[in-house]
Amino acid sequence: MSTVTKQIGGAKNGGSRAIPVNKASKWYPAEDIPAPKKVRKAARPTVLRASLVPGAVLIILAGRFRGKRVVLLKSLEDGTLLVTGPFKVNGVPLRRVNARYVIATSTVVSVESVDVAKFTSAYFAHEKKAKKEGEAEFFGDEEKKEKKTISETRVADQKAVDSALLAEIKKVPALKAYLASSFSLKKGDKPHLMKF
Amino acid sequence: MPETHRLYVKGKHIAHQRGKRNSHPGTSLVQIEGVSSAKEAQFYFGKRVAFVYRAKKEIKGSKIRVIWGKITRSHGNNGLVRANFRSNLPPKTFGASVRIMLYPSSI
Repeated sequence: MSTVTKQIGGAKNGGSRAIPVNKASKWYPAEDIPAPKKVRKAARPTVLRASLVPGAVLIILAGRFRGKRVVLLKSLEDGTLLVTGPFKVNGVPLRRVNARYVIATSTVVSVESVDVAKFTSAYFAHEKKAKKEGEAEFFGDEEKKEKKTISETRVADQKAVDSALLAEIKKVPALKAYLASSFSLKKGDKPHLMKF
Repeated sequence: MPETHRLYVKGKHIAHQRGKRNSHPGTSLVQIEGVSSAKEAQFYFGKRVAFVYRAKKEIKGSKIRVIWGKITRSHGNNGLVRANFRSNLPPKTFGASVRIMLYPSSI
């Protein structure tokens, strides 16, 4: 308990006294105050399936990049996967994807030379818009449709990752063309019998 | 070869699950193209199914509507599967195509 020392007058009073900042209550509460339950659960890190190793070539199954083949760089702490096309090869930028919407192929690229330390889930978080006040917010007609621009840091990061990854990709024959091609099912294809 | 963009397997909505006299529209039977045994059907358990159809009235600017569902288990030994849809597929869709998506993926 925090105390305050106060000067006390009078010769026999010892000079100073330590006095508690908050005075103790004179009585106990008549009714028990409910204490919140202690949480005994801990959030465990996601366990990915064994096929999802860094460097694996993945096929994206849903969303605007469906059918594209991408390279898995690493898994992020929020349980998603960090992938890139590379952007220069097939137009898929550095991006988070859900592991459930991805097929892992048996092709693996070496990604040791790619520096991915700066990419966390916070890196991809949306920037919060400043809220407009009062009338401007209500009418909103003055709000111009700003064209979405990609920040320069993102572009620079993409270039840095692409150049390191492309160097690795070029070492393997036909890998660049493989990543540029997209996956789709043709007539008579049976994915349950395919070996990816 | 012409470029295709299909990322789903074709299936047919065959019937509702049924007994001799009663039908159970909560569960639909789906025949997946290229699947002819219960073992092969196992790959598709848990996968999402979509019944896509067209309607006259636009909703959010689209005349195309979807009823989503999920493949639950196999049905018999010939590769038929059972699927539950968010709202039951109507009997007039017997014979219609459904799309079996490749997600949630476990490969």
